[in-house]
Amino acid sequence: MADPKLISKIPEGPIQEKWSKRKSSIRVVSPNNKRKLEVIVVGTGLGGASAAASLGEMGYNVKIFCISDSPRRAHSIAAQGGINAAKNYQNDNDSVSRLFFDTVKGGDYRSREANVYRLAEVSAAIIDQCVAQGVPFAREYGGYLANRSFGGVQVSRTFYARGQTGQQLLLGAYASLNKEIAAGTVKSYPRHEMLDLVIINGEAKGIIARNLVTGEIERFGAHAVVLATGGYGNTYFLSTNAMNSNGSAAMQAYRKGAFFANPCFAQIHPTCIPVHGDQQCKLTLMSESLRNDGRIWVPKKMEDVMKLRTHQIKASQIPEEDRDYYLERRYPAFGNLVPRDVASRAAKERCDAGYGVNETGLAVFLDFADAIKRLGNQRVQERYGNLFDMYEKITNVSPWEEPMMIYPAIHYTMGGLWVDYDLQTTIPGLFAIGEANFSDHGGNRLGASALMQGLADGYFILPYTIGDYLSHKFAEPKTDINAPEFVAAEKAVIDRIEKILTVKGTETVDSIHKKLGHIMWEYVGMARNEAGLKKAIEEIGELRKEFWKTVRVPGTNEEFNQELEKALRLVDFFDIGELMARDALHRKESCGGHFREEMQTEEGETKRDDENFMYVGAWEYKGEGVEPELHKEPLKYENIKIATRNYKD
Amino acid sequence: MEYNVKVWRQKNAKAKGHFETYHVTDVEEDASFLEMLDILNDQLIRKGVEPIAFDHDCREGICGACSLYVDGRAHGPDDQVTTCQLFMRHFKPGATITVEPWRSGAFPVIKDLMVDRTAFDKIMQAGGFITVRAGSAQDGNSILIPHDDAELSMDAAACVGCGACVATCKNGSAMLFVAARVSSLALLPQGKPEAARRARAMVAKMDELGFGNCTNTRACEMECPKHVTIDHIARLNREYLKAKFSE
Repeated sequence: MADPKLISKIPEGPIQEKWSKRKSSIRVVSPNNKRKLEVIVVGTGLGGASAAASLGEMGYNVKIFCISDSPRRAHSIAAQGGINAAKNYQNDNDSVSRLFFDTVKGGDYRSREANVYRLAEVSAAIIDQCVAQGVPFAREYGGYLANRSFGGVQVSRTFYARGQTGQQLLLGAYASLNKEIAAGTVKSYPRHEMLDLVIINGEAKGIIARNLVTGEIERFGAHAVVLATGGYGNTYFLSTNAMNSNGSAAMQAYRKGAFFANPCFAQIHPTCIPVHGDQQCKLTLMSESLRNDGRIWVPKKMEDVMKLRTHQIKASQIPEEDRDYYLERRYPAFGNLVPRDVASRAAKERCDAGYGVNETGLAVFLDFADAIKRLGNQRVQERYGNLFDMYEKITNVSPWEEPMMIYPAIHYTMGGLWVDYDLQTTIPGLFAIGEANFSDHGGNRLGASALMQGLADGYFILPYTIGDYLSHKFAEPKTDINAPEFVAAEKAVIDRIEKILTVKGTETVDSIHKKLGHIMWEYVGMARNEAGLKKAIEEIGELRKEFWKTVRVPGTNEEFNQELEKALRLVDFFDIGELMARDALHRKESCGGHFREEMQTEEGETKRDDENFMYVGAWEYKGEGVEPELHKEPLKYENIKIATRNYKD
Repeated sequence: MEYNVKVWRQKNAKAKGHFETYHVTDVEEDASFLEMLDILNDQLIRKGVEPIAFDHDCREGICGACSLYVDGRAHGPDDQVTTCQLFMRHFKPGATITVEPWRSGAFPVIKDLMVDRTAFDKIMQAGGFITVRAGSAQDGNSILIPHDDAELSMDAAACVGCGACVATCKNGSAMLFVAARVSSLALLPQGKPEAARRARAMVAKMDELGFGNCTNTRACEMECPKHVTIDHIARLNREYLKAKFSE
């Protein structure tokens, strides 16, 4: 039975026709009326920048907000490897349906079929759009676009610009955004942070934002609000997310009535530079594309492990027959290119068994010696040169001479605000796109698909679907920012800031956030179990209390105050962490990135429970200190045969 | 490890700034420069001193947010890195390290080590784009681009917009930043119809915003963390001249 509060609005009919059908039923707004309509877009990564640019091109009045000094700094910029699209330029029998299938399978059958199909359907147009914007994608010698392969798939459909694909795509979207700012359709508010969502008569009508330079609390009204604020990976303190990435906007929406879906689905990326010490605040990702040519291994013999840890030998001195290429051994069909969750768990398994190759025992090798022999220095340089340089700068070890050391780290969150087929949340007029929503990746996201989703949502999906909502609004006057709802929301924000500033304790924000990170990584990380999750919920509750007693935030609100920014975000990370643990506790199955130790096969693979858990778990906020209520959207697979994920043969 | 950090403190844009020297302890050898500042800030807060404000975000050298002048060099003593990719192994234990914000009239200080770089956004808004709407593009492979041109274009497109070029230039010129964008697009067939307008508009905006002129000192390419070279400035000059003659 469908939950009456979760109406997914998936169009009827064959999956190939759903999007066309929806588009033809969407009411459009005439150009003279578009001018009267205002849209707020929060976040300027791939989703936000492309959506704001597209809405501007269509003639809407758009306001965009970002916490950085420029829209170009959004965390999308750090994506390295590439973007998927079903172009079939390689003639390897790729197609929309194959990309659709790979994505649903990669997500371990926990994503919504209709949304994923649409994503695959519009993927090709994204590449065309980006090429037209002047994105310098890699080219073959004939001048045609080049492709590489990525984890979890057997075709080459990933387009790339060296190891800086996210940067180039974001600069493309940023350029389009600049075009619209110049045209006057988009107004940009950099160094502004959304601190609350304003609801009037049940509809999203604006936001309260803090000017990060002056500390001024400002009100902004619109006819609709779009959240493109990314994921909540920084709940773990240490992650590959940028330092300022946070889940606060999503949490504000959640507290105002937007349901939060599948919060426990977090992706742990297998190829990150291992942690070097407890002063670290950020982990660095090494692109998944490295697994195209790099081979992952640990020694077979424990004595070699010990010698490595005490620097008596180097990895390159260990003979071929004494190496355990464990991914190639366990998953012959996909080898080093298994999906991220599988590769991460396999690394953990080897390290747990004692074969970790550095002092902490938490590292495995990613080796390019074979690739360099096979391809030659120049081609390896072209493909991975900047990644090699980056690795060497950080670790002082050259991957040309010795294998890289890698270990899994939190990277991406598949969960997010629940949205219907139109990308609208459970609050009318509030939309969520990109990593901020939950819809396309299920329990695990495939590499090079985050960029695809951000741009699909921003260029080609939201600009259409939001029109249907706005088509009913053009007769409404401009939102009055002096309405009591705005005044109340603003006051709540000011009170929250005041409350934080008056604690005047002894602990820094980061030191408390680190403790939250430890709880999350220990109990809500790569392997989870019932006792641990219960403990996590309890410990997060204790830590929250500790925060309100001991945190010290120097300075005032009326100035640039980075400690205050961090403290405000940490308050929300407590709630997200708790929600993640609660969701992980209720989902008594293993699927994708969510691995419940109680639910595994004899070989240690994930064991799904389709009978009881084939649904989206969406949480409804019920008030501070009250347990949230779980709603279920059943998942139906009409076009894909459900199977156990198999990357072995 | 321990260091003395001599750092620029400035309350806000209007306040007068000054140097303060702080002692930082317990820094790991593998720590990055910004991690050292995190540690120092943690120690300062515990002592009741206001922490030092600085821009940073991705900490992997790609967002372009970090922007520190360390011991007299933009992004510090290592080559081709952003400040976040500078590591403490480049400093002798016990050394006194001087940290300043970018110094340039076009980048006013906001607080401590943070500057306002919105001038870069304004230059981009003047013409750093190709006018194409979502939905109107042809198939990506219908535009053939020679491999080497795409690579060269990518060399320029690698610019992270950090502003080190401006900060290090004795004239405070933004030529390398503008050149990176103009040259990257000039190497591609896309956007040709508006190439002349782009070169004119971006250069005019750069001049209007108070950036200095280029005298080919090459300081910018020496400090560019992404190794954007002045070849691209030559290409910008060519584009600009072409645009002037086509007026």
